[in-house]
Amino acid sequence: MSSMDKNRRQLIGAGVAAAAGLVIAPGVTLLDLAHARPADQAADGTKRWGMLVDTNKCASGCNDCVSACGKENGVVSTGHPETDPQWIRKVELKEIKSGKTHSLPMMCQHCAEPPCVDVCPTGASFKRADGIVLVDRHICIGCRYCMMACPYKARSFVHEELHDQNPEVPRGKGCVEGCTLCVHRIDKDQLPACVEACKAAGHEAILFGDLNDANSEIAKRIATYASTQVRADLNLNTGVRYQGI
Amino acid sequence: MNFENFHRIEERVFYALVAVLGLIVLLGAGAWHYMEEHGHIVTGMSNQIVWGIPHVFAIFLIVAASGVLNVASIGSVFGKTVYKARAPLSGLMALAMLGGGLAVLMLDLGRSDRLIVAMTHFNATSIFAWNIVLYSGFFSIVAVYLWTMMERRMNGYSKYAGFAAFIWRLILTTGTGSIFGFLVARQAYDAALLAPMFIVMSFSYGLAVFIVVQFVMYRWNGINLDPAILRRIKNLLAVFVSSVLYFTVVYHMTNLYFAKQTDFERFILLDGGIYTSLFWIGQIIIGSVIPLAILFHPQLSKRCNAVFPAALMIILGGFCQLYVFIIGGQAFPLNLFPGMEVTSSFFDGRTPHPYTPSLPEFLLGLGGIGVAFLIASIAVRVLPFLPQDDFSHLNKAENITD
Amino acid sequence: MNNPATFNWKIALKWLGAAFTAVMLLAGAPISGAGEHKIDAKGDKCVSDTDFMRRNHMTLLKHQRDDTMRKGIRTTQNSLKGCIECHASPKNNSVIGTNENFCQGCHSYAAVKLDCFECHSSKPKAASVAPHVVVQTRTNEAAQLQASAANTVEGSK
Repeated sequence: MSSMDKNRRQLIGAGVAAAAGLVIAPGVTLLDLAHARPADQAADGTKRWGMLVDTNKCASGCNDCVSACGKENGVVSTGHPETDPQWIRKVELKEIKSGKTHSLPMMCQHCAEPPCVDVCPTGASFKRADGIVLVDRHICIGCRYCMMACPYKARSFVHEELHDQNPEVPRGKGCVEGCTLCVHRIDKDQLPACVEACKAAGHEAILFGDLNDANSEIAKRIATYASTQVRADLNLNTGVRYQGI
Repeated sequence: MNFENFHRIEERVFYALVAVLGLIVLLGAGAWHYMEEHGHIVTGMSNQIVWGIPHVFAIFLIVAASGVLNVASIGSVFGKTVYKARAPLSGLMALAMLGGGLAVLMLDLGRSDRLIVAMTHFNATSIFAWNIVLYSGFFSIVAVYLWTMMERRMNGYSKYAGFAAFIWRLILTTGTGSIFGFLVARQAYDAALLAPMFIVMSFSYGLAVFIVVQFVMYRWNGINLDPAILRRIKNLLAVFVSSVLYFTVVYHMTNLYFAKQTDFERFILLDGGIYTSLFWIGQIIIGSVIPLAILFHPQLSKRCNAVFPAALMIILGGFCQLYVFIIGGQAFPLNLFPGMEVTSSFFDGRTPHPYTPSLPEFLLGLGGIGVAFLIASIAVRVLPFLPQDDFSHLNKAENITD
Repeated sequence: MNNPATFNWKIALKWLGAAFTAVMLLAGAPISGAGEHKIDAKGDKCVSDTDFMRRNHMTLLKHQRDDTMRKGIRTTQNSLKGCIECHASPKNNSVIGTNENFCQGCHSYAAVKLDCFECHSSKPKAASVAPHVVVQTRTNEAAQLQASAANTVEGSK
């Protein structure tokens, strides 16, 4: 074999090794990323938090997720159901033609293209780098335009004065709010309250994880079994997906 | 046109008028304070009907403000002499009504103490934020326009200012219509048609308001309107009202045929209770059919006594139209799961979402109207806004038809 | 002498000057509760020295709130929660409520509206009260799927 062929082989060999290294190295760091983000580090776009709801495991009378959210975030009933904020609710469905029933929790879908973020005049409704859609109550003026825009009725307006808020979850009169995916818990490497309660009770209807991580349970399940987005016709690329409807 | 009986109204009457309007404004301010103190729980608005009566008043005032400037535009931009004399009053009404409408909108905010935040934080993708820019610009442009019309040395520039105001007004009203048109999630709103529809609505309401204001001013000052001018104005009003009717038909046809939103259409047109009544009786019969009958009637339409109530009915019809549009559009629930019956603790699937307007909301809305008319009354007393046609110039027959 | 029908500006100015001086003197007099107010605090020192904090605490908080809200940075040094942990009064466990409380005391004297506590709790977070809540981290979620519940909350800060 000529020296030129030998050089070529060495080059190709080196190139393959380098490429292999480049391909594997991110996987090695991905395993590390599963640990909590340090407190002084900003959230970034490498992760995208999402949830997968298996409606076959969701029982019709069960309200565990709703109660857990209420307890964690201080979202409680004041006896005025039409004006009380609700961050998550159980929806009972019945197909008109076939009569099949479903039950599922509905909350902010944390869309990748959120209509609420587009319409907010001050930019208070925003999407964090890791996909969580939040309301910055420091600059929310309470115009309720995001409530008009949301296809899922995910947002609530606080109609009365609030007291004894959870220090981790500031919320107050005159601002609009919605499911935060328990961002204060996620940043401490915990699960959202609804997911945790569902798990603790043994139903396991809600799965939480990083949609961008191909090795996460949620990404694997979405890649294996069919799942749908509610109002998929709007092309919002929601972070919450449903199976079984 | 008859100036023989012209007289200014007495001082006492003027002060009484200002006192009454001031009281209305004060009640509106009191209602705002009450809502601010206790939260929106004291109103009829809820998480289902998030925009209520204050928004109906505010949007009417804003849309009519843009439309009332039409009278001036026809004079400055299209060069029709008869309208030129009316241009300053039209500009004043535009400013006053926009001020009143924005006051109601800003004071209904959940955090109305954060107006500075609204002005310093601007989200460029939000049509709402763009509207704030457009409304502020409208004030400046119309102020300049009024100046060019009322200051002799600047009269030469009034057609440029008028043109700028005209274009700005079209963009502004398109923006107002788009506030609703961009809401892709709701069956009542997701339509490009809403932008031109709002423009035509503004023409209709604005001219009706102008006719009412001009009529009252002339009555109180002992002036009669020339029949030829009345004929032109009432014909224009009839055209605008017919256009609004046309757009309403197209809007509903679009919903039914292209978007196949039959449930929503059935709700509005047939079994929506108050919304159906307000649509057919308020908007169509009182707001469009009866006024058109008056405006096209060969004898009635010649009399101010008939055209004035027609204009009032058009305004009332406008309020009904906006009530059905804004509140009826929210009363019909969002359809998250097509083909399924839905229930939840958050009232998914419940038709209609109930709404009972409360007193503070009405007082706030009326306060906005009070602000508008207070500004207009004081300005009209102090500055020469009364339309005075120059008849030596107009008596040449061809000028009337110019 | 001046014509009594015209307004005498000199005399008016003298009265105005006298009134102004009087007001300035009175305003300078010490008012009880002003400035010398007792600081409720735990721990040995604050984030920065008192003069700096008095003038700049709002700037620190405004910067921190955007970091926390928009970026998820949750360092405790400049956080409002951190302030409340130390400065809550032992009497009512809050930083507002009476003019003796830390935040309200200065703010009511200076007549600057406190907007924070419409939304933020004015009390420090209560000690953990839920012995049966399961805390699972995502790294070991696979293992926890088989484990049973009822671990105590670990050192919530």
